[in-house]
Amino acid sequence: MAAVAAVAVPVRARSTVAGLGTAFAGAAGVVAGIAATTGGVFSVRLSGVLPLFGVSLTLDALGGVFVAVTSGVAVAAGIYGISYTRSHGLDARPVQAVFPLFVVAMLLVPAAGSVSSFLVCWELMALFSLLLVVAEHRRRPEVASAGRWYAVMTHLGFVAVLIGLVVFAGHATDDSFTALRAAARDLSPGVAGVVFVVTLAGFASKAGIVPLHAWLPRAHPEAPSHVSALMSAAMVNLGVYGMVRVGFDLLGGASAGGPTWWWLLVLTLGALSAVYGILQAAMSTDLKRLLGHSTTENMGLVLIALGAAGLFTSSGNRVLAGVALAAALLHVINHAAFKTLLFLAAGSVLHATGSRDLDALGGLRSGMPQTTAAFGLGALAASALPPGTAFVSEWLLLQALIHGLPSGSGDPGTALAVAMPVAVAAVALTAGLAVATFVKAFGVGFLAKPRSESAATARESPATMRAAMGLAAVACVVLAVLPGVVLPGVASASGVVLGAGEPAVAAAVTLRLTGVTGALSPLIITVALLAAFVLAAGVLRAVTARRAARREARLWDCGAGPMSARMEYTATSFAEPLQRVFDNVVQPETDVDVTHHEESRYLVAAVEYRRKVPDRIERRLYQPVLNLVAAWGRVGRRLATGSVHRYLGYGFYTVCGLLLLLAVTR
Amino acid sequence: MAGIVGAVVQPVLIVTGAPVLVGMMRQVRARLEGRAGAGVMQPWRDLRKLFGKERITPRGTSEVFRVAPLVLVATTLVVTVVAPFVTTDSAVDPAADLFAVVALLALGAVALALAGLDTGTAFGGMGASREMTILALVEPTLLVAIFALSVRVGSTNLAAIVSATVHDPGRVISPASLLAAVALIVVIIAETGRLPVDNPSTHLELTMVHEAMILEYAGPDLALVELASAMRLSVFLGLLANLFLPWGVATTAAPLALLVGVVALVVKIGVLGALLAAGEVFLAKLRLFRVPELLAGSFLLALLAVGASFFLA
Repeated sequence: MAAVAAVAVPVRARSTVAGLGTAFAGAAGVVAGIAATTGGVFSVRLSGVLPLFGVSLTLDALGGVFVAVTSGVAVAAGIYGISYTRSHGLDARPVQAVFPLFVVAMLLVPAAGSVSSFLVCWELMALFSLLLVVAEHRRRPEVASAGRWYAVMTHLGFVAVLIGLVVFAGHATDDSFTALRAAARDLSPGVAGVVFVVTLAGFASKAGIVPLHAWLPRAHPEAPSHVSALMSAAMVNLGVYGMVRVGFDLLGGASAGGPTWWWLLVLTLGALSAVYGILQAAMSTDLKRLLGHSTTENMGLVLIALGAAGLFTSSGNRVLAGVALAAALLHVINHAAFKTLLFLAAGSVLHATGSRDLDALGGLRSGMPQTTAAFGLGALAASALPPGTAFVSEWLLLQALIHGLPSGSGDPGTALAVAMPVAVAAVALTAGLAVATFVKAFGVGFLAKPRSESAATARESPATMRAAMGLAAVACVVLAVLPGVVLPGVASASGVVLGAGEPAVAAAVTLRLTGVTGALSPLIITVALLAAFVLAAGVLRAVTARRAARREARLWDCGAGPMSARMEYTATSFAEPLQRVFDNVVQPETDVDVTHHEESRYLVAAVEYRRKVPDRIERRLYQPVLNLVAAWGRVGRRLATGSVHRYLGYGFYTVCGLLLLLAVTR
Repeated sequence: MAGIVGAVVQPVLIVTGAPVLVGMMRQVRARLEGRAGAGVMQPWRDLRKLFGKERITPRGTSEVFRVAPLVLVATTLVVTVVAPFVTTDSAVDPAADLFAVVALLALGAVALALAGLDTGTAFGGMGASREMTILALVEPTLLVAIFALSVRVGSTNLAAIVSATVHDPGRVISPASLLAAVALIVVIIAETGRLPVDNPSTHLELTMVHEAMILEYAGPDLALVELASAMRLSVFLGLLANLFLPWGVATTAAPLALLVGVVALVVKIGVLGALLAAGEVFLAKLRLFRVPELLAGSFLLALLAVGASFFLA
């Protein structure tokens, strides 16, 4: 409806209508999602919409979680888009109309109840997001390249999902998920394995998992910021949804356990993405690209949790599987909250300064205090420190991993014994690097002195943008302090998937694991921190009460006059020690050009230093393929010389060849 | 009951004792180097002097700079309340989780690093960058070593780990424990900024890490930072002591047991501090880019500890 309205109304009101419409759709989606997680299963069948199969929609608790998350992000992004699109010249009809359609497509994916409807929604989602990614292609040429990467990768992913699900559906009576679930028991291990691996590849490419992540750091920065938020906080989650739905639910991973290698594969991919993603984020200086890489990292953490959940089900430990799956879903929710906040804040910076380059920002705190606070809150949440959101879900994940090696009782198997420590190490390394990354993003980007004219004159964004950031910030705070509010939903979703009805985590003020020991209270930690802070501040005030008020003084500048912003540490220099430590992994390219004075080569006229941190996996994996395709194209070009006689000749020889072939084979 | 007493006694003990510990360590170093030393109470005298000074803020800094010392003190205070130093009973058990404690201490370091960046000086940025690099590398070792310790107990609750060791002292000399202990010692040296990772008494720009971040602090703010870093040192030494040598820690609320707990904690932290100070006399600071090698080594030890705790259990 909003899309139609967006086409109909005049330019001035268009963005408002589209934005508010999306926000209302989102609000409705949140309600529907929450209703689904509290036990209701909605089912609709519209046989007339699509030929042959019709559309069937079924929303259960698992889908409900994802619908609620997606629509929550949509509310914030919709409100944010109202002034953002207007000021960025994006109020052309197509963009405004596609935005609500994209949201609707995303909401329908977790609600789809059959293979055909799932695939249609999936493809619609990919298509609409592609249109939004290339929305600014007229202004910046790099958008087109990002769009090409995204189009190719997302459609290869779609093909993979298509093949996997069609093979699966071929073994069932019809294409509804219920029939698939029933057919899974009779599936031979080989077929099940193929279906799992092929769909995993498709879903992993959507979730931005290494090595299928190449599109993500390209497409997310180039899309308009509220679209980046939707893509990074909501769309990638649907890849996770696909894995849970197919791996645990449809293929019966939950009931039969599924072979260990499936989940070891998921775990390995997750660990790889988590570490590689955050390492790339630590090196990036483009604010939105950094956030994109961090999405890869967080999806990696979710995959670690999923892999662990799968391994626990295979070894028959349902309680721990529940904890791990709850950790995965909770992290999805948390990631959606803080990534929305971070992308919206980054968009606000882009709006005010026109730059995403951290090396050219700095000092934004004085001009845009609210955006700075929003980004700071998001950064705290993303770096898994208390009292932040990600801290709670990572704690849950680590609890699951730690109890995976039980002391004394029973043999968890060698696979677990090797996988669990490695997973903990990966999570821990990720956590450490995430702290460094977000200190860099916040400290260099928002604190210190402005490094460019535009950063110095930055002013706060319009009210609707700030309101949207406020919404996301409230969600972050609530999730951080009272994760108990979403845990029942998460528990019922994991109950649907794992079959067992028992909630994995019981929580009011304190998060207490059921079945294994472990308790954490984010609320108490927050209160204790606040109390200690107030106490320390009070003591300080009492001690210094006799003194005069604070006095401002000059910074210590080694006596060499006022310091310029050029003397500050930049994002590049901040990350330099880390880059040097991980030299072998990231393989940075540095280039020093020294121009000598023309009269003597002992005098240097100019020194130019360039540094690039290329994506190594991309270079090793994609470049050869791209080169091969290009070479193939060049060879093919020789066939097409433009001579019509030659083309007729091709046709003649082909027909003759075919006839010969038929004559021989008959 | 014991938990509440602990929650009151522990912070008081650590706040008052931490500067004395630093003074004692400096005195040990001075004596071993053939100097007379400034006396054990010198850090307290310094703090008193600093608290009495005017509050000065460098121009162009924001709230982040002003709040950071308080955050640093607050995070450390929370840890002193929840961790089992004097008694195994924690007043706020749901917060006495090893991960929570590690994350809280990291939060303090982050606040200081942001303050360093906020000044906009090259030194502040350099210190922040180095501190965060070391923190990013320390975090994995710390968590994996904790993993090794929690596997045998089946819980990451600090009190549970400590009381399990009290009840079964044989665990201390298991290969897993010893490996984890060595890994943790390296990590603690890195986290508290001692030799060979960082020299606490240096003011030379090439070698500073911690000092570079706090160069712009003066007066009461500086006093808070100094007090907090002394407290962090005691907290880390106290954790090390009670995770591996938990004897003397009070398991009941009896006054005598609590008294023994206090004395045991003071003695243990004192001995560990003296050993650390004595060790520092014989060490030179490592180059910054050799530090990751040291930390990678300790990470390997921590991983081996996990392996040992499973395969040799």
